[in-house]
Amino acid sequence: MTVELNLAVNRDAVAERATRLGEPAWMITKRQDALDLAPTLALPKVEKIKIDGWNFTEGSTELENVTGLTADIETLVGENRDHLLVTRNGQVVHAQNSEAANGVIFTTLEDALKNHADLVEKYFMTEGIQVNEDRLAALNAALMNGGTFLYVPKGLKLTVPMQAIYTLEQEHGALYHHGIIVADKDSELTYIENFVSYGDAPHNVNVVTEVFVEDNAKVLFGGVDTLAKGAVTYMNRRGVVKQGGKLEWALGHMNDGHTVTDTKTHLVGNDAFSDTKAVTVGRGDQKQNFNVRTDHFGKGTEGFILIHGVMKDSATSIFNGTSMIHHGASKSNGVQTERVLMLSEKARGDANPILLIDEDDVMAGHAASVGRVDELQLYYLMSRGLSRKEAERLVVHGFLQPVVSELAIDSVKERLIQVIEGKVK
Amino acid sequence: MTASHLKIEDLHVAIEGKEILKGVNLEIKGGEIHAVMGPNGTGKSTLASALMGHPTYEVTSGKVTINGEDVLDMEVDERAQAGMFLAMQYPSEISGVTNADFLRSAINSRREEGDEISLMKFIRELDSQMNFLEMPGEMAHRYLNEGFSGGEKKRNEILQMMMLKPSIAILDEIDSGLDIDALKVVAKGVNDMRSPEFGCLIITHYQRLLNYIEPDFVHIMMNGKIVLSGGKELAHRLEAEGYEWVKTELGIETEEPTEA
Repeated sequence: MTVELNLAVNRDAVAERATRLGEPAWMITKRQDALDLAPTLALPKVEKIKIDGWNFTEGSTELENVTGLTADIETLVGENRDHLLVTRNGQVVHAQNSEAANGVIFTTLEDALKNHADLVEKYFMTEGIQVNEDRLAALNAALMNGGTFLYVPKGLKLTVPMQAIYTLEQEHGALYHHGIIVADKDSELTYIENFVSYGDAPHNVNVVTEVFVEDNAKVLFGGVDTLAKGAVTYMNRRGVVKQGGKLEWALGHMNDGHTVTDTKTHLVGNDAFSDTKAVTVGRGDQKQNFNVRTDHFGKGTEGFILIHGVMKDSATSIFNGTSMIHHGASKSNGVQTERVLMLSEKARGDANPILLIDEDDVMAGHAASVGRVDELQLYYLMSRGLSRKEAERLVVHGFLQPVVSELAIDSVKERLIQVIEGKVK
Repeated sequence: MTASHLKIEDLHVAIEGKEILKGVNLEIKGGEIHAVMGPNGTGKSTLASALMGHPTYEVTSGKVTINGEDVLDMEVDERAQAGMFLAMQYPSEISGVTNADFLRSAINSRREEGDEISLMKFIRELDSQMNFLEMPGEMAHRYLNEGFSGGEKKRNEILQMMMLKPSIAILDEIDSGLDIDALKVVAKGVNDMRSPEFGCLIITHYQRLLNYIEPDFVHIMMNGKIVLSGGKELAHRLEAEGYEWVKTELGIETEEPTEA
């Protein structure tokens, strides 16, 4: 299958831009190959909603240069300016990292391709996300115009979180962001990212993030996405966890536009561990598809998935949770729970838990529920004087609480509570 | 302080098209405690639920006012704001919302924006009322009614009443499933509320509760109507003789019970 993508760029334009940015030859080739491949690949596979009509590629990759921190960004980061990377329209406007002296690299991918090309080459779409996985992953490689590289060296246990803010502030713009997070052996890191865009005018956000947790390393990954109503979003996050490594995802999918997310973790090493927690609030007429998947390859691996979603208005969300225990991953344990609460008659939610087990000696479990808000609960709360809205707010808060309260990163928890309040009002 | 005056006139209520209340008249004023008693399935709890605005009860005719305002025209929350409170027979469980957070929201819902109760004042009052009701402090931080025993739920209803200070409280079978000690505690809470600004309607099957909360008026409900009213001596006679004499004296044929 080959489709016409009508992209504004061709092989030459891709090479020209990459050369201008000073990218190494292998990267330029990779981009060009990905561009050729894209039209031959399918869109990501989603269940029960049609995304064929979504325009993932209409935005322009040529983004205006903007500088400084906006008031909105300052609110997000608070007082802190260290361990902080901010890009606007894909270009860096703030990068401060006092851990550089300890060998920590925290910079844009553009900068890393110049100064740490070997490391980037080792991790860029090699063991993690593959260029040929789907059309949008290929386009990310080809058209990448923003990105992050975070590397924590062997044995270093970072106690402060590394924080990043990425904004897209251009109508009809497109951000193709590629993040690479590496925790080398025996290291520990916490990384928090916020994707932000504005307005109802169409724009595209295409994010590929690859997280590598080397032997016995530990990563807490927090993400709060608040892309605007005009955004059509593709967000593909992948963790690769080696022996004894631990990866915890704490995700708030708080976009207002159409969204497809894929959060997959490959537990490749023995005794690798992952925990994926996500919450979402859908509103308006947005459609969202959330895929969360854990692939158990190593022996004695453990993977947990917990997703709670609230649907308001005529929002639609499909949750697909998959635990795949591959042959050889004996003594592994895969557990997942998906719960959806619908606040209105027109809202639609679906939860599909899937266990795929190709090994005998394992444990696995799943639970899913989709339901409407309990009128008797609202009656009870209202009988104490709470307005219907306030009663709904409490019920939603309570529904998301089991996930939010368990998020491993306090600042993500607080930010999420704020965003949820804003969305439920 | 506003007056407390609930007036029910010829109230008819149906559930799924079946008429349960067939013309109830009752007037409760500040300082008064009324008890509505009667056999199972005569509409006592229907009265309580309909007054508060339960979604499955349909008022087909009649009039209810609180301090002159039309109650039936109000949303559930507006009824509460107007001073009504219903201690429910089966309180809902709300996961993820702590008792304390809920109570603070409920108190603030009846105050102006900018005039919210201070956290310190709230905690002081909550502590003191929970002590009074012999509730362990940790119950403030448990999720609302989740995993509460029957007795704990009832106590929690009374706690809410004491914190929210309604002008008219309706207690729907607050005594069901309570042991004698819990019953005494619940009664202590209600008695503590007694004042000229507080009127109370106690719905009960048994006279037992009325040994601890002395009613000013006792009403007997049968077939969806109040058939006999009197003072507290009426409750004692029911305790001693049951309901049969009422039927005989008034010549009432009871229908088969339709609700538990």
